[in-house]
Amino acid sequence: MINGADTVFILFSTSLVMLMTPGLAFFYGGMVRRKNILSVLMQCFIALCLLSLHWMFFGYSLSFAPGNVFWGGFKWAGLSGVGLEPYAAYSATIPHQAFMIFQMMFAVITPALIIGAFAERMRFSAFLAFILLWATFVYDPICHWVWGEGGWLKSLGVLDFAGGIVVHTSAGIAALVTTIFMGKRKNLEHTPSPHNLPFVVLGTALLWFGWFGFNAGSALAANGLAVNAFVATNAAAAAAGLSWALLEWIRNGKPTVFGMVTGSIAGLATVTPASGFVSVMSAIIIGVSASVLCFIAVSITKPKFKYDDSLDAFGVHGVGGILGTLLTGLFASKAINSAGANGLFYGNYKQFFIQLFAVIVVVIYTFVVTFIIYKLVDVFFRMRVSEKDESMGLDLTQHHERAYTVLE
Amino acid sequence: MVNAGDTAWVLMSSALVLLMTPALAFFYGGMVRRKNVLSVLMQCFIIVCVLSIQWVVIGYSLSFAPSKGFWGGLQWLGLNGVGLEPYADYAGTIPHQAFMVFQMMFAIITPALIIGAFAERMKFSAFLVFTLLWATFVYDPLCHWVWGMGGWLRNIGALDFAGGTVVHINAGIAALVTAIVLGKRSNLDKNVPTPHNMPFVVLGTALLWFGWFGFNAGSALAANGLAVNAFVVTNTAAAAAGLSWALIEWLRNGKPTIFGVCSGAVAGLVAITPAAGFVSVIPAIIIGMLVSVFCFIAVTVIKPLFGYDDSLDAFGVHCVGGIWGALATGLFASRLVNSAGADGLFFGNPKQFLVQLAAVGVTIVYTSVVTLIIYKLVDLFIGVRVDEKSEAMGLDLTQHHERAYTVLE
Amino acid sequence: MKLVIAIIQPYKLEEVKEELYKSEINLITVSEVLGHGRQMGVTEVYRGAKETGNLLRKMRLEIAVNDNYLEPAIKAIVKGAKTGETGDGKIFVLELKECVRIRTEERGPVAIG
Repeated sequence: MINGADTVFILFSTSLVMLMTPGLAFFYGGMVRRKNILSVLMQCFIALCLLSLHWMFFGYSLSFAPGNVFWGGFKWAGLSGVGLEPYAAYSATIPHQAFMIFQMMFAVITPALIIGAFAERMRFSAFLAFILLWATFVYDPICHWVWGEGGWLKSLGVLDFAGGIVVHTSAGIAALVTTIFMGKRKNLEHTPSPHNLPFVVLGTALLWFGWFGFNAGSALAANGLAVNAFVATNAAAAAAGLSWALLEWIRNGKPTVFGMVTGSIAGLATVTPASGFVSVMSAIIIGVSASVLCFIAVSITKPKFKYDDSLDAFGVHGVGGILGTLLTGLFASKAINSAGANGLFYGNYKQFFIQLFAVIVVVIYTFVVTFIIYKLVDVFFRMRVSEKDESMGLDLTQHHERAYTVLE
Repeated sequence: MVNAGDTAWVLMSSALVLLMTPALAFFYGGMVRRKNVLSVLMQCFIIVCVLSIQWVVIGYSLSFAPSKGFWGGLQWLGLNGVGLEPYADYAGTIPHQAFMVFQMMFAIITPALIIGAFAERMKFSAFLVFTLLWATFVYDPLCHWVWGMGGWLRNIGALDFAGGTVVHINAGIAALVTAIVLGKRSNLDKNVPTPHNMPFVVLGTALLWFGWFGFNAGSALAANGLAVNAFVVTNTAAAAAGLSWALIEWLRNGKPTIFGVCSGAVAGLVAITPAAGFVSVIPAIIIGMLVSVFCFIAVTVIKPLFGYDDSLDAFGVHCVGGIWGALATGLFASRLVNSAGADGLFFGNPKQFLVQLAAVGVTIVYTSVVTLIIYKLVDLFIGVRVDEKSEAMGLDLTQHHERAYTVLE
Repeated sequence: MKLVIAIIQPYKLEEVKEELYKSEINLITVSEVLGHGRQMGVTEVYRGAKETGNLLRKMRLEIAVNDNYLEPAIKAIVKGAKTGETGDGKIFVLELKECVRIRTEERGPVAIG
């Protein structure tokens, strides 16, 4: 039975999640140098176009069709059989296509997250091939394992409310792989400072706004669970933003805008897998720990190991996603979500190990397959732009455009 | 009974209202000089963080837990007992936490409005302490009086649909007080700073207008006819006010400006806020047209006359607009629109106008006194104003070690 | 004829302009520049990455004056821009070979005022 309210809620949530990819574009775009901002906006937007089509042609089928334990197969390719009647195994009160398009927005934003790792130096054609392959061979299978009917991690009982494993861990690890193999940007003695910090703040605002659809919408109905996810999401983002600012205040003498918004995003990424399973107070603790760990990853570990994760896609999303998945194994409570499970702190230590196992599997799988895809694309398309193009900026060399005029 | 449609609507409205605070950041941020834009964005954003936490820990209980006292009771501290079941006295068809999170967004944006008064010259540490104290000792009690169970203004029948007194007059008066005691920005008589990025002001206005549908229509707390009424009059008043501000400028200065249209639209949104659930479309147009007149006078005549430096017109737009809206509610309210409301003066009930007047008077007196005390306390312990050199160099570099825009790359 | 180029603190621009007006010099060209002097850059921090020794934002003033206005111009700039700390800036004075007012094609000292 289709419920009007639930359908409204999911469609509205879908719009919110769609807005997150442009939000991310501004979040990342403000951070790069002005000669590269269009390349980042372009990559995010084209991901929206390309992966929307990918999802309808075969992505949704690979991820969600009831196939084998590894992936869904081609039964629903081209949306055949995916109609306006509910499909009860996923959501019994909204049309199947509403579920499909809600999930589409997740499939769009996940590869877009990786952009932060290779910003300012990747060829556009290689980028297109890379994200298409990555979505097909990394995102779709992992999505099927965790959320698809018959997925083996799902059968194992892993908890991932809105994509801590599927979205943030996978994108974060892929970011780490690409950043390691692509190497540093040229002339990096000085970390380039963000060319337009207000854009970063704008992007954060849109991401935070959209994240309500991401997390609360993942309840797939307008019910108490959605409210819980909504409240927990806001609490974690707030706690994380505040604590990052405090960390900076203590360590560097001044709190920065850039730090605070980074913290908020880390908090949002970290609470994602937990939002439908934990209470508000647990969400605050999750937010604070997200800031502490991501702060260490971004401003201590990264400089130490000298990889050039340009915009901290790994440091924020990878670390946050893994942390959130593990913390879900600690803080999850059946009192919040009876369909979930209790975590370690509620007497079920087994859940923590399931979460840990899922994280390890996904990390290894993502690492290996992303590496293969990277090498393949590099052979056929050459991943990196020429040195000259890099110094001139990707906007002019990849797109024949400039973001801002100098005079009029 | 939880109703899914109402829950969906209130959750989406909460998301919309959350977006208003970053929207305000861009509205204000575009108006300041480029050396201070980050300080404004930072202040707005940290308020989202700080008050989200304050609200779930103490704020919601102080505001909404039933009590006849000064504050709400303490029984809901830490959201103890605020669960996923509806609490019928506030909203019978949505989970209690949905009501809580919707109200949270109001508690966040109110102190953020004040930023317009002291922009470009307040120390960040002092700002944080001031905001936290202000939310606890001004917003929370006032919110309790007007909206909380047992609140005395609620009991005498003051009408405030979505926050004319609680949000706008309250923040606007606090803005006036801080602008006066903090003093002017230096060098102000030599050159009045012009907005450094007008498209940001327009972007902020657009997002505010968008979010305001959640603010006003969401305040119906259900997806029903009342929400639709609030939605329609909100849009109408904003449009009327934006238009009339442009016309006033055209007549008086020869050209209409985009800055004027944006200021007018926001003033219209402010004025319709308390009235949105009680008036129909034609009064909404009148409220919108007139608010621009009042705010225009406040901003261009009264402010220069008295010489206070309300940098971004937080008082001139929010307080003046809010007072007009609260009084207009006493004039135009009609039971035909909302049977749970009351009739206003023009519908044969002069008493309602007096009640509105009393609520406005109480808010002004209480807020100005307590804001002044908080300000003085913070000034004593931390020092509110940055030193002259920092002010000249800009708050972005001196308070946050950051620059908004690069010059070369 | 002289060309005066002054590099000053951005926030001193208004005061310098005012002093120049007082000396009846009101033809100036201003541009935003980056520079590095004895005053090392301010610390900036981006996600924990500290940046010191950055180029600082300065204002560059170009003023063409007739010889009798040179000293008043210098005095006005110094008066407006001086704080006594490092980073106040510099004034350069160059010989100016020619000056043409485009509208009237006048040349020489008469074209400056």
